[in-house]
Amino acid sequence: MSAVNMQTANVFSFHGGIHPPENKAQSLQLPLGRPSLPSELILPLGQHIGQSSRPLVKVGDKVLKGETIAINNGFLSSFLHAPTSGTIAAIEERLIAHPSGLSDLCIILIPDGNETWTKLEPLSNWQDISKTDVLAYLSEMGIIGMGGAGFPTQVKLQGAHKNPLTHFIVNAAECEPYITADDMLIREKTLELVLGIEILQHLVEADNVVIGIEDNKPTAIAALKSLLTKRNSKIQLAVVPTKYPSGGEKQLIQLLTGKEVPSGQYPADIGILCQNVGTCVAVHDAITLGKPLISRFTTLTGDALKNPQNVEVLLGTPVAHLLDYADSEQKKLSRLIMGGPMMGYTLDSAAVPIVKTSNCILAASKKELPPPAPEQACIRCGMCEQACPASLLPQQLLWFSKSQEFEKAEHHNLFDCIECGACSYVCPSSIPLVQYYRHSKSSIREAREANVKSDLAKQRFEARKARQDAEAAEKEAKRLARQKATSSKATDAKKAAPAKAAPTATAAPASNDESKKLKVDIAIGKSKLKKLQKQLLEAQENEHVEEINSLQLQVTDQEKAIASLEEQLAQVPSAAPVAPVENTAKASPAPVSDELKKAKVDVALIGVKLKKLQKQLSETPDDQELKDKISAFETDLKAAQDTVSKLSENTQPSANTAAAEPKAVISDELKKLKIDAAIAKAAVKKVEKALKKAEEIQAPEIESIRQQLQEAQQRADELEKALANPETTAPKVAAAKAEPTAANLDADAAKKRKIDLAIAKAGVKKAEKNIQLLKEQGKDEAEINASEWPSKLKEAQDKLAALEKEQAAETTKSPATTEASAPSTPVATENVDADAAKKRKIDLAIAKAGIKKAEKNIQLLKEQGKDESEIEASEWPKKLIEAQQKLAALEAEESTSATSVSTPVEKTAAADSEAKVEPEMDLTTQIKKEKIAVALAKAQINKLNKRLENSPEDADSINQEIAATEQRLQSAETLLEKLIHSQTNMQENR
Amino acid sequence: MTEYLLILVSTILVNNFVLVQFLGLCPFMGVSGKLETSIGMAMATTFVLTLSSLCSYLTYTYILQPFGLEYLQTISFILVIAVVVQFTEMVVHKTSPLLYRVLGIFLPLITTNCAVLGVALQNISKQNGFVESILYGFGAAVGFSFVLILFSAMRERINVADVPTVFKGSAIGMITAGLMALAFMGFTALVQI
Amino acid sequence: MFTVLLAIAILVLLSLIFGAILGYANVRFHVEGDPIVDQIDALLPQTQCGQCGHPGCRPYAEAIANGEAINHCPPGGQATIQALADLLDVEAVPLDGDHGAESAKRVAVIREDECIGCTKCIQACPVDAILGAAKQMHTVIADECTGCDLCVEPCPVDCIDMVEVGVTAKTWSWDKPQGIAATSLNIIATDRQAEVAH
Repeated sequence: MSAVNMQTANVFSFHGGIHPPENKAQSLQLPLGRPSLPSELILPLGQHIGQSSRPLVKVGDKVLKGETIAINNGFLSSFLHAPTSGTIAAIEERLIAHPSGLSDLCIILIPDGNETWTKLEPLSNWQDISKTDVLAYLSEMGIIGMGGAGFPTQVKLQGAHKNPLTHFIVNAAECEPYITADDMLIREKTLELVLGIEILQHLVEADNVVIGIEDNKPTAIAALKSLLTKRNSKIQLAVVPTKYPSGGEKQLIQLLTGKEVPSGQYPADIGILCQNVGTCVAVHDAITLGKPLISRFTTLTGDALKNPQNVEVLLGTPVAHLLDYADSEQKKLSRLIMGGPMMGYTLDSAAVPIVKTSNCILAASKKELPPPAPEQACIRCGMCEQACPASLLPQQLLWFSKSQEFEKAEHHNLFDCIECGACSYVCPSSIPLVQYYRHSKSSIREAREANVKSDLAKQRFEARKARQDAEAAEKEAKRLARQKATSSKATDAKKAAPAKAAPTATAAPASNDESKKLKVDIAIGKSKLKKLQKQLLEAQENEHVEEINSLQLQVTDQEKAIASLEEQLAQVPSAAPVAPVENTAKASPAPVSDELKKAKVDVALIGVKLKKLQKQLSETPDDQELKDKISAFETDLKAAQDTVSKLSENTQPSANTAAAEPKAVISDELKKLKIDAAIAKAAVKKVEKALKKAEEIQAPEIESIRQQLQEAQQRADELEKALANPETTAPKVAAAKAEPTAANLDADAAKKRKIDLAIAKAGVKKAEKNIQLLKEQGKDEAEINASEWPSKLKEAQDKLAALEKEQAAETTKSPATTEASAPSTPVATENVDADAAKKRKIDLAIAKAGIKKAEKNIQLLKEQGKDESEIEASEWPKKLIEAQQKLAALEAEESTSATSVSTPVEKTAAADSEAKVEPEMDLTTQIKKEKIAVALAKAQINKLNKRLENSPEDADSINQEIAATEQRLQSAETLLEKLIHSQTNMQENR
Repeated sequence: MTEYLLILVSTILVNNFVLVQFLGLCPFMGVSGKLETSIGMAMATTFVLTLSSLCSYLTYTYILQPFGLEYLQTISFILVIAVVVQFTEMVVHKTSPLLYRVLGIFLPLITTNCAVLGVALQNISKQNGFVESILYGFGAAVGFSFVLILFSAMRERINVADVPTVFKGSAIGMITAGLMALAFMGFTALVQI
Repeated sequence: MFTVLLAIAILVLLSLIFGAILGYANVRFHVEGDPIVDQIDALLPQTQCGQCGHPGCRPYAEAIANGEAINHCPPGGQATIQALADLLDVEAVPLDGDHGAESAKRVAVIREDECIGCTKCIQACPVDAILGAAKQMHTVIADECTGCDLCVEPCPVDCIDMVEVGVTAKTWSWDKPQGIAATSLNIIATDRQAEVAH
């Protein structure tokens, strides 16, 4: 136009749009105002789109103007700075400027009135440093899009690097009625704006830079024009006709470039970047002055204000303060709106603060913005379609929103709606169309989020299930493998028997033969294994799950068999070199071991037969004949086992005289006994299964089967004891003969004891399970008590306790013996200590489980509707108390033993502190105990209260109980307090 | 060629099976609640109608007529239709389980869709040839689909519109169908002989 | 007599031919399983709470596919019922009260100073949203919690609360406008004016 260099861009058009009364003149009468400091500034942490900022300051901190008080929390987030110097008074929930009228976390700053700036560090070398650094700097200055959405500017600029930019558009359209903040900003800060645009252009390097401005701002246009001409700038100025909503990002892009942003994409995707004038000025202030974003231009307007004007206001200033500044008339004020009349929202309270995106406060009178007329039926006039700037079908969207057919609404591009309100504005039936769309949009978003969440939950659930299944499968596989292993060992023994049966004149050739045979066996086994593995591979390829499982089992069995064969092979040569030397003196241990083997084979055979019979019995539980047979076999088995044990006893002395390695013999024996024990256990299991079956069908034979079970268990116990005996003697032998093996033997003994423990525990569990079963069958407490299970349970528990004690004694003893025999092995002692600790922990766990069980039972009784007296009469409360006492005792024991365990180590270190440490430890356990007691009492009170609610007729008795429990609770708490007190005392003393 | 075109125009518009001959009203009212469902139903019916008119023609001409058993036409046509419907059901079940589920009872009910039997019988009474029979069946099916899809689209919009309470649901559906039938009467003058 | 026999023979022949065709189609278009279950499962809220009487959401989806009522899912509420009704083209019925009432979204919160570290809640949680070890305090990962209530029952010291998830500014959603029905008697414009005049 006037200047030669001044370029004016082409202007296109967009569909729809409206021309509401502008009402912009009111707020341009007065010059830019600068309100005084308010008494407090409220700074919400979520002023932008994305994650809320993280506060950096604490309550009571003194901050300077421009100091960072909150930092970004992730990629899509921003910084926040103190708008003035002062003190942080609180970080709390305050009402924020949001259509919901909800509160959010805000930093409350009390200004000190000094306005002391923090040290400003402008980025003067922005042209020289890398663009990424400049973007990072902008992020630290807290700059976000000031047009409305509040999108962090550095993120938007980063996104603009995806495609080469054809246009960088500066949005100065400001199309919404009443608002003149950008107009005033351009007038006041023309130079800053142009400089800011130049900085941004340097960052994005677009082909064209265009400022889009509506033709209703002649002063601003003139100011820009003269400056651009003066600077000989390449920035183009595009004056667009006044039409709402030409200031919408997508609409302005269409106006200035003729291109439409495709649905679901960003302007950056078609090579366009759009920034608001406010953002440009803020970028300038940040980079050349080093000032973070702490204030903004805001329009104060509306008929209820006597002095409508634009103000430069500090962020966080409460709206009420601004209303006072512009002399609002409370009488006239009917609606307070944040933003413009088209896209703004009503504020419920004037206490909300100005944030980075607040461009207008509209204090409207009733005449100015009358309440919306009641909604009427749609008359399908189609005016909304004419007005829609996004070329949507508002009427169609309304139907779908009304009938909640969100999928179809989405199909009709609901998410391209910019919520400009043009459709509602033109609707003759005054339908609040935008509200419907907003509702649909948020419902869809909610549904999407719920979908994401449910997918996640499903994933986690399935992962958990897969894990549990895998665990169960593993357990099952292990169990099967164990079963197979015992039976395959038996057959191995059988196989080996003929080879060893022939007594040989000299041991060496025999052993050679044996080793050959074994080698052949191993080779055969290996080839079998290979075959199986091949099959397994095939099965895996074809995904036959069942086959895979069975094949895998077979493979593991085969591997085990080979391993045992190899073990035997290894033993043969080791025995061989010894034998030739010694065989002149006597018939070496070989014959004895042969006999032993024979006996073992017998035992195994009988065991197998017994198993078969038991299986039959489980199928036909009332066959007397079978039972007789079984008992006969059992006696056979016992006899055979007796001979085995006798023989093995014989081997020991002979081994001594022959100076053969006692370790080998003992371990052989151990193996055998273990096998026996395993067989016996299997028998017990079988009988148990039969018992269960019988119980299920309520068979009359339950009693007899139970007896059998008891017998079987006894047998298992005996065997285990037998297993224990040789070992108790073993250490002596070992100690006498071979000191270095002492540790090994100890470990063996510990293992054995652990096995015993496990068995006893299994017994307890079984008894409990049975009791549970009976309960489920609906038998009441008396019947259960009458049955032998509770007593059995007690017995089992007693046994368990005894065993544990025994183990404890053993373990405490063993350190002594090992220390005596091998004082140079501190590692062994440590191991033993660790074992003892473990055992004690196990004890504790058991005791706790007992308590839990008792509690559960009590709970069960309560659920069954028994009243308190009945429960009291039952033995459970007593048991509970007993169990708790036991637990307490155990814990005390543990603490003492823990200290005693630590003593040998600590003795050398600090003998004096020991005395103090011990009682303290004691105290901590006691405290723990008391805490548990308190928790239990509380829980009981809770439960009682619940019951009180449910059955008000028993109120008296329940209240009494509650009182009693409370007393208990109180006493426990006082005790706890005392304990804690004394503990702290002790610590202080130390 | 003109003859074939006339058959198509006649069956689709002028003598529309649903709105002019009032055959196949059951699925017309029953499956027109949702557009997707009605499209599925239309496709299934088109398939069945065309195939069954072909099969019934073959059965009649090559099995019944040579043996002089024309009086068995009804029962044998029903047999043919039942088989074709069963076949369609299996195909739909395999290819689109959701459509199968959505069509639900209406899929087997195509068997009792009088339009299907009507087409087969009219083919005989009109003494249509092989190609004419197929075209007649296909045209009838297209006419049915056309009307069904239009109607369901209308019903979808009526569902969200402010219909007076007394007219809500099937009542307004019936009225709409009547208006549609009136509109289709306008096609009567389309072909002047 | 002959014609009768002929008629019967022809009909039998026809039946045989068609039967053969159907038999072939049955093999050719055989459907394995029911793919609809996946679609139903996708609509369920996946809380795995078991309030429907099935051990998890998928079993219920299978039950629905086999004809169980669609209104047994309290966590999903009416929205899920509506979605299921749309999918299966059946009538949307109100929620069956026997299986519990629809409640606002909740998460479990452990009162941590009362927790004794028994791990019972960990075992009960269907989505592994509880963190902790034996004798250590446990805590709930709120983002993963589906609010299924299953951990509340096993807790021996009753230290788990179900806390409603409040609406924040970020999760808040716009209300649906009241619509025409809310303002009575305005089917005719003159009625409305009369009302206003009062």
